[in-house]
Amino acid sequence: MVTNNAPLLEVKNLRVEFPTRRGTLLAVDDVSFDIAPGEVLGVVGESGAGKSLTGNAIIGLLEPPGRIAGGEVRLEGKRIDNLPYEEMRKIRGARIGAIFQDPLTSLNPLYSVSRQLVETIQTHMPLSASAARARALDLLKEVGIPGAEQRIDHYPHQFSGGMRQRVVIALALCAGPRLIVADEPTTALDVSIQAQIIALLKKLCREHGTSVMLVTHDMGVIAETADRVAVMYAGRIAEIGPVRDVIKNAKHPYTKGLMGSIPSLGHRAERLTQIDGSMPRLTEIPTGCAFNPRCTVRGERCLVERPELMAADASRAACWLHDAGGVGTPVAPVREMANA
Amino acid sequence: MPDGNYVRIEGLKRYFDVSAPWLVRKLEGKPRQIVQAVDGIDIQIAKGETFSLVGESGCGKSTVARLVVGLYPPTAGKIVFDGNDMSERRGQGAHSTLRRRLQMIFQDPFASLNPRWRVFDIIAEPIRAFGLSKDKADLEKQVGDLLRQVRLTPADGRKFPHEFSGGQRQRISIARALASQPEFLICDEPTSALDVSVQAQILNLMMDLQRRLKLTYLFISHNLAVVYHISTRVGVMYLGRLVEEAPTDTLFKRPKHPYTRMLLDTIPDLDMTGRQRAPVAGEVPSPLNPPSGCTFHPRCPFANERCKAERPKALPIEGGTVACHGIEENRIPIEDRSYTARG
Repeated sequence: MVTNNAPLLEVKNLRVEFPTRRGTLLAVDDVSFDIAPGEVLGVVGESGAGKSLTGNAIIGLLEPPGRIAGGEVRLEGKRIDNLPYEEMRKIRGARIGAIFQDPLTSLNPLYSVSRQLVETIQTHMPLSASAARARALDLLKEVGIPGAEQRIDHYPHQFSGGMRQRVVIALALCAGPRLIVADEPTTALDVSIQAQIIALLKKLCREHGTSVMLVTHDMGVIAETADRVAVMYAGRIAEIGPVRDVIKNAKHPYTKGLMGSIPSLGHRAERLTQIDGSMPRLTEIPTGCAFNPRCTVRGERCLVERPELMAADASRAACWLHDAGGVGTPVAPVREMANA
Repeated sequence: MPDGNYVRIEGLKRYFDVSAPWLVRKLEGKPRQIVQAVDGIDIQIAKGETFSLVGESGCGKSTVARLVVGLYPPTAGKIVFDGNDMSERRGQGAHSTLRRRLQMIFQDPFASLNPRWRVFDIIAEPIRAFGLSKDKADLEKQVGDLLRQVRLTPADGRKFPHEFSGGQRQRISIARALASQPEFLICDEPTSALDVSVQAQILNLMMDLQRRLKLTYLFISHNLAVVYHISTRVGVMYLGRLVEEAPTDTLFKRPKHPYTRMLLDTIPDLDMTGRQRAPVAGEVPSPLNPPSGCTFHPRCPFANERCKAERPKALPIEGGTVACHGIEENRIPIEDRSYTARG
């Protein structure tokens, strides 16, 4: 649901870098997007595209030596990327909830579920121990844990994977956040459980008006959950737009290749579309458009000049094809030795 | 049913004993605990086809793969490969001839390659082990050819596995599996650790190799879209049993078993933007304590008393088999499913 209100989250020219012995690596390069209240923004990309780092930068959980090197993140108009640790801690949990991939590692195995929920609730809300426990119980019921009254005092290992992920969602919802950053929330789960968790996330967002930044590599999950989707490649956004447009009518050659490479139940092709080669390492990002060595429609301009996001029908894509100047003289794609 | 006499799996069972140690059992009065990982399955695979096993984690599909290659001995049942019963005891020589003809590709390309070996040695090992090369020059030529076959270069043989990306490592695994000139490849989730664009490369490569080398695949996966794409026939497993088996098109167009339908309903597909799915309640029960009768009955919307009490037998229907009382009694209507092709 996209509303015309001011965006809940604004990310402008975000850059995340990692200083290494061999120089600084730019892992997220000039990423800008915003999320409206109640909207679900999907962020897709292959491993190493910088999608999780973007999420972690927003919730202020970048692992050192990674750091935000530029740009700004605003939540409800207020900058949050330069807050001191303690202040960010108050926002994280209260205003922004986080759901991580592996529900086993994001819960403390030594504490019962009730203790973890009550701790989080009391950190962010002025509630008595019994009121906090009552709220914890309500949350567990809301995320659909059967027999919540008994299970609240169980330990994480006593829950199955799907149930654990429900507990993690309950934890993220504790203080009624405005935004949830969900990093691969269903990747560790079986398909039937995955469907349950997605349906739950969607229902909760609708009921609470919470926005979600859904980071995943699974286009199928995005297709049925997100309102808009951002496709990331080599640390930059390659294309961003309404989910239907990006899937059915991709504007960036990378997005087209990515969509084609996903096997579909609709038709059975002799061969899947494949994008030859692999995503460049951060140390070897080509000049010009980062995708150009694998691109089948590249031109001379793509080798030298880096495209910014530009309007392409309903979406925006970082590709010279959508610029009035075009790509210039066509250049054949790099055929890897291996593919010869 | 095709002439499924190339690979025949009959009444295959594998139980694992996961009981506490004897003393603990005696002191605390705990019973023995047996996991019925594979509980009596029958599969026939014809030469040159791809047979896929799908199911959720814990359904026993990987155990079947390991049983077929011989990494586990079966508890009961037999595996017949090209007329040879694999569980029969026989001499070293005869067994290694059979072993040469079937090879396995594993899921995790980061764990299945020895990090201390150069790629050349990894691929050369099966050739050396089975004595398939005449001399050093012949070995080098064979390894070079294998690397080219999986679209790497002979020069890559000098490198170590860590110098390759996930997709390239999986190519190395495939080259190693092909090194002994096998006819039958068992692939246990070969693409589930890979990104989608790389997955497409690997699937295309596997299909090319199948056509060129006349390979037969047993393909294990939890991804139904991948399975739809690559298979000739598909078997659906639930809690160690085969609930449905059919030619790919039949299975996806006219699924019969309620569990198969549930799986098909739950796959997120690109064409489903914004569509509401009705997720199925419940989870896979623990294989330690499987439900009585049809193991799917606690989650099945069509279950009745018979389903709770009696284990359904696999009955032939429309070119496949289904183990479901509801289908047998015509209680469950069989409907065609439609899919929209992606524009």
